[in-house]
Amino acid sequence: MLHTIVVYVENKPGVLSRVVSLFRRRAFNIDSLTVGRTEKPEVSRMTIVTEADEDQARRIVANVYKLVNVLLVDDVTGHPALLRDLALVKVAASQSTRSQILDLAAVFRARVLDIASDSITVELTGGEEKVDRLLELLTPYGLQEVVRTGIVAMRRGAKSPTLVTKPSRPGAMDDDNVSQSV
Amino acid sequence: MHSHKTKAKKPGRHETGGNDKTTMIGARILWECLEREGVTTVFGYPGGAILPAYDALQHSSIRHILVRHEQGATHMADGYARATGEVGVAIATSGPGATNMVTGIATAMMDSTPIVCITGQVGSKLLGTDAFQETDITGVTLPITKHNYLITRADEIAPAVREAMYVAKSGRPGPVLIDITKDAQQGSCEFDWEAAAPRMRGYRPDLSPAKQEYEKALELIRAAKRPVILAGHGIEVSGAGNEVHAFAEKACIPMAMTLLGLGALPASHFLNLGMMGMHGEAWVNTTIQEADLLLAFGMRFDDRVTGNLKTYAPNAKKIHIDIDPAEINKNVKVEVALVGDLRNILKEMLPQLEPANHADWIEHIRSLKGDTAVRDIQNLPDNGHLYAAHVISDLWNETRGRDTIIVTDVGQHQMWEAQYYKHENRRSLITSGGLGTMGFALPAAIGAKVARPDADVWVVAGDGGFQMTMAELATIAQENLKVNIAIINNGYLGMVRQWQEFFYDRNYEATPLLSPDFAKLGEAYGIRSMVIHKRSDVIPAVRAAHAHEGAVLIDFKVEQEDTVYPMVAAGAALHEMIRRPNPLVETAEDE
Repeated sequence: MLHTIVVYVENKPGVLSRVVSLFRRRAFNIDSLTVGRTEKPEVSRMTIVTEADEDQARRIVANVYKLVNVLLVDDVTGHPALLRDLALVKVAASQSTRSQILDLAAVFRARVLDIASDSITVELTGGEEKVDRLLELLTPYGLQEVVRTGIVAMRRGAKSPTLVTKPSRPGAMDDDNVSQSV
Repeated sequence: MHSHKTKAKKPGRHETGGNDKTTMIGARILWECLEREGVTTVFGYPGGAILPAYDALQHSSIRHILVRHEQGATHMADGYARATGEVGVAIATSGPGATNMVTGIATAMMDSTPIVCITGQVGSKLLGTDAFQETDITGVTLPITKHNYLITRADEIAPAVREAMYVAKSGRPGPVLIDITKDAQQGSCEFDWEAAAPRMRGYRPDLSPAKQEYEKALELIRAAKRPVILAGHGIEVSGAGNEVHAFAEKACIPMAMTLLGLGALPASHFLNLGMMGMHGEAWVNTTIQEADLLLAFGMRFDDRVTGNLKTYAPNAKKIHIDIDPAEINKNVKVEVALVGDLRNILKEMLPQLEPANHADWIEHIRSLKGDTAVRDIQNLPDNGHLYAAHVISDLWNETRGRDTIIVTDVGQHQMWEAQYYKHENRRSLITSGGLGTMGFALPAAIGAKVARPDADVWVVAGDGGFQMTMAELATIAQENLKVNIAIINNGYLGMVRQWQEFFYDRNYEATPLLSPDFAKLGEAYGIRSMVIHKRSDVIPAVRAAHAHEGAVLIDFKVEQEDTVYPMVAAGAALHEMIRRPNPLVETAEDE
């Protein structure tokens, strides 16, 4: 099944390549990967969607955790979470099909970004299935260009995972150790 | 004697210990930090991009050992680390110097050895331009280092070195590489030791299990009738030998060893069964297959110890204690996992562990052993042939009372050593287990000798692996190191030949091997050398080696087509072993 894993990393050069290299090296699949800044300038956040069973997902989390620049790993699969994909879709549109396409866009609450004489470009944000569905409906009109960001994810509710704030230092024994036992 | 040579400190050197802030160039900061981290020796090879660091070496008390190939430097650092538990340090230039280190880094990664590799890099303005001797070594080593750094400014050097030393040694140890551009070595900045202390938000090597995991483990141990401890390299790394002993004795649990576990617990202990796995003795593997509980202590269920996973210990529940959470349920699914430092975990468990007596189980294992020992090749009368097993056994007899480190290469001799050399002492066997790196032994032995100058260091290598790194004989000669070298010379790439014998219809393609006259080669380097053909000459040769002040090389011409038994074929069940034929029959045929 698809697992959605949120990874907080130090905002340093090369960290993305460390994460990606790990997936390649351990033969884990990446379905989609997004990375961007967060509310803290020193922290970046990745959302990785991966095809994995429960054991594999646990191993992925454990391996990603081992990367020195990784601050926190949160497998949100099975938890109440907001999952959003963004797509830009350029679809062929003639005089006769334009209004049908605009109707579809309206139903899906897609924003119309550009209308040209022979095409319409819309922006759609939503769960992956919603985006898939609109693309399916637009396919008969002739998809000219599609780009998707991949999923970004955030747990629902007020409680956000606490990032490690206390730096690990040689010889220091932390009292808030997390059990990694399974 | 060849005592540790300490270079006199040159005047004007920055004194260590205080926290006086001084402006220094990056190259001096590098050595200053290594010194303060306790490094006394580095193994290296100079070149253009690392020259500023070499130039600054004149101000340091650190001893530099010039190697003949950068792979040698990494294996020496590795041997140094395995002999002591301290971080070994290797240094090389950019490009080919750095890429030559790759095999040694991968070796250290697979066997969790703490080494720090320092490489020079072209100037930061040239990065990415394919400049002379430029290689993206941080990219190349990404999957084979625990962590690595690309340093482009002088003020990044001190924090990187301190972090690297800490990362290499803590948690599950491993190799760390620091790539330093030439301009970072040449640039100046204020050196502040305290400010450079590691502050790592994401790195958490001090995991410990939850209380309920202990309870689950103790419950399984209480219920077990046929328990076995699988003793791995983690025992040595964690320093948990005494705790494992106390644990095994209190709960009366026999122990089977992995290759890298050998030495962590004395072979003579009544609960120590010996090595398990592909070339483990049949009774050890059968014991594991019949067990109802496996306690994996600091081992990772490598395919060389499990055989076919589908048929592995089918009736056993499993408790896995390891410091690396990513090892849990990787190869073998376990009932209970305790993630953390083995020694701490066993200390926690010991008071709660109930004394037990598995007399029936121990007796059963003894019966499995049967007459194997009687048929053992060691017990045969001398028939005029020299067998590798004889050499190993005699070497063991002659060295066992002394502080001896055996450093093996990879192949048949490595397995015979593991079978016939009964290791009693900690850190007395150094060998490349996970990566199986031929050419490891000679340089690793140099590192071990430098780390423990008072120990007797013996290289045991095959004629194939020895030729991969024998250029380091020059390092032995130049550094005047007392390293004893036993070449188990059978004229073949023996282990590959053995696989061809069993699985490729005796098609000995590319395994017969021409070697130079090793004794002449040794003499060319000024190393006392001998050639031995007969078993009766083995012990006198070993004694002569011990009596000689300098390095000694002995070329043992052994039986050419000898085979390591027993053997679990790759992918076969652990109990389906190719057994040792009766050597009495074999001997009759020989004569």
